[in-house]
Amino acid sequence: MSNTADPVSYLDYQGRHKGILGWILSTDHKRIGILYMISMLSFFGVGVILGLLMRIELLMPGMTIVTPRVYNSLFTLHGMIMIFLFIIPGLPAVFGNFFLPLQIGAEDVAFPRLNLASWWIYMLGAAVALTSLFVGGGAPDTGWTFYVPYSVRSGTNVTLAVTGAFILGFSSILTGINFITTIHRLRAPGMSFTRMPLFVWTLYSTAWIQILATPVLAITLLLVIAERTLGLGLFDPAKGGDPILYQHLFWIYSHPAVYIMILPGMGVVSEIIPTFARKDIFGYKAIAISSLLIAFVGYLVWGHHMFTSGISDTARWIFSLLTFLVAIPSGIKIFNWVATLYKGSIDLRPPFLFTLTFIFLFSIGGLTGLVTGALATDVHVHDTYFVVGHFHYVMFGGTGMAFLAALLYWWPKMFGIMYNEKWIWRSWAFIFVGFNMLYFPMLIQGWMGHPRRYYDYVPRFHATHIVATVGSWVLVTGLLIFAITLFRSFKSRVPAPSNPWGGRTLEWTTTSPPPLLNFTQIPTVTRGPYEPAPTPTGGETS
Amino acid sequence: MSVQAASPATHHKDHTGARIGMWLFLFTEILLFGGLFLLYSVYRSTFPEDFHYAATHLDTLVGTANTLILLTSSLTVVLAIAALRRNNRKLCTIMLSVTILAGLLFMVNKYFEWHHKFDIGLYPNSKELLRRAPGENLFYGLYFAMTGIHALHVIIGLGVLSVMLWIVAHKPKKTITVGPLQSDRLSLVEDQRGAVWTHEGEGEIAEAVVTLVYKSNEEINDDTWSKLENSGLYWHLVDVIWIFLFPLLYLIT
Ligand code: HEM
Ligand SMILES: [Cu+2]
Repeated sequence: MSNTADPVSYLDYQGRHKGILGWILSTDHKRIGILYMISMLSFFGVGVILGLLMRIELLMPGMTIVTPRVYNSLFTLHGMIMIFLFIIPGLPAVFGNFFLPLQIGAEDVAFPRLNLASWWIYMLGAAVALTSLFVGGGAPDTGWTFYVPYSVRSGTNVTLAVTGAFILGFSSILTGINFITTIHRLRAPGMSFTRMPLFVWTLYSTAWIQILATPVLAITLLLVIAERTLGLGLFDPAKGGDPILYQHLFWIYSHPAVYIMILPGMGVVSEIIPTFARKDIFGYKAIAISSLLIAFVGYLVWGHHMFTSGISDTARWIFSLLTFLVAIPSGIKIFNWVATLYKGSIDLRPPFLFTLTFIFLFSIGGLTGLVTGALATDVHVHDTYFVVGHFHYVMFGGTGMAFLAALLYWWPKMFGIMYNEKWIWRSWAFIFVGFNMLYFPMLIQGWMGHPRRYYDYVPRFHATHIVATVGSWVLVTGLLIFAITLFRSFKSRVPAPSNPWGGRTLEWTTTSPPPLLNFTQIPTVTRGPYEPAPTPTGGETS
Repeated sequence: MSVQAASPATHHKDHTGARIGMWLFLFTEILLFGGLFLLYSVYRSTFPEDFHYAATHLDTLVGTANTLILLTSSLTVVLAIAALRRNNRKLCTIMLSVTILAGLLFMVNKYFEWHHKFDIGLYPNSKELLRRAPGENLFYGLYFAMTGIHALHVIIGLGVLSVMLWIVAHKPKKTITVGPLQSDRLSLVEDQRGAVWTHEGEGEIAEAVVTLVYKSNEEINDDTWSKLENSGLYWHLVDVIWIFLFPLLYLIT
């Protein structure tokens, strides 16, 4: 018999290179996932620090710790880091890389070397973007949207920052290509499209958006660079150009990009819910197809960012209508999740806790999204703190929480160790309270007309600003406890069984952590992803 | 005891997968130019007369010549692929060289064309252009952006084709057999990725083979062919984009 020996885990596997080189030159999708995780969480930490600095500045009216110029740079870099370095690549690059091959029963992605190259390109883009902080004209101050004409006129290092974003786009495109090819070519025998886990479905939809939308951003950013260096005049009214066209091009990418951010988060939720409800997912096909629908309709709604930019009334109401259409596939997901929970035997463990938090916070994000999506109300709240509150609820409360949930769900699989669940609960309490203290006041402020991107404000907003700033401290405390708890699991090394949560997808059938080629034998799939196995399968289930 | 599985480096390639990947990449390239085409159509409809007038200054003859050159090079690259498929390395080398020469010729023409424009004061942000009607400035802005980015693609394509030429011309001959196998009870099983696993007796598949050496005994292996095919696809893309640029910039006057 052959199955007696456990194969060497990917963590211990000795490849051609030793030590750190064995990581940064590894083509193993799991190691690359971890590389992304480490780099991304570091950038996230930087982004959080910038956010904290902004919050301290806003603690008192008037100038508190930074000049207006520096404040402008702070929100620009905070936005750039959070968007381009954390939330867009986030879930696909870390958990997609690690778990896509495992979930479809493959040994790796289709192009392992390209995968490694994508990480290097990502790091290069990050380096270029971050260099813009330190050299020459000073950190860019345009906001992460780089709107012309200011981005062409600003004396700061916009060119460098934009180049960084362009390079990051490349990395995103290559990852997308890799994932689509992997899903088409490398599914294990019996793994039909309708037997793929829902996380894989969302990665698939996301990868298509990455491929179809990112090039539009690439050319837009190239043109900004060309405007700055050559002065083509394509966006400059003085030379005949039209700055509104920049906004169109930018949002043709950047609206679909919000689905790049949120769809994988929804995929994570669709994984965790059936596991902790101990039930097959309700409405598998509806959830799967709704991802594709969201991806598709998401292309046609970019104009809702431009309701006040001076586009025609017809365009405005059509874009508003289409925006509301996205609510349908999103609603399909929510209802099916809830139906899955109905009569499930719910096991409230940390990954599930953060999933519920996702649903709660994301719902607030979604409902405030209706306010910004509706033409009449958006004219009122456009460019106010209401928008800032809204997108933090969606991106941080949605994707961010899904990221934390994914970390908790898959941590035992990735490293073969369990963490201290009690401390995670404690961290959650801080995160949840801090989050709402930080962002809910922003919704109120915005509703009262507080514009975004200002270092100063009128005194009547002082009270809400104090609540928000204190909230940011509570939130960050929670994040720190969370991080320390996970970090301490490396010290205590409580070994994780191969299937600690009773998950039914393929990644739980292999050892924790998985061997280099993921499975000791390529699995054959005979049932849907969340159906219970008819008889216990081989290996050590716990 | 534990067993260290074979490293993925020993896998051979999935050619269909590679082609899918290449096609997806080509989509992204088309969308990249799509942004420029969008700008072109908007500005053309805003300033029809200016565009019309500005376009009359482009040299249709040079443009036509370059179109023919690129079309021919697309043909020769196809011939190169066909030659390689029939294992005719010599013909393949010749055809690739012709393709590369054609690409270079295209670039030379482009150089003279741009040079001439610069001479008469038509370059981005030039006084001459700013003096003219706004639509003309936009036309030339787009002209330089579009043909510039296209030229960049030609250069990348030339790089790729040169590497392929080198590979095809130098590919050493290999004749090596498969082995060694540790036991006569083992047979080899390939999974869909081309990873090779040992198959022991009935039913079960054991761990992956540790030392498996397999090489091609053909003169040119499938891998080279698939790489060349994908490079050819890229070159066609460069060609197709030019086919759109040419009428939009040179012919609609
Ligand atoms: C502790 C964590 C965070 C804090 C304290 C924080 C705080 C802030 C503040 C104060 C602003 C500027 C408001 C203004 O003056 O307009 C801001 C903007 C922004 N934040 Fe955060 N934030 C945090 C986390 C995040 C996360 C996780 C994301 C994304 C996933 C994010 C994305 C953004 C974006 C895109 C902007 C807009 C930047 C711009 O206006 O160009 N933030 N944040
Ligand atoms: Cu949007």
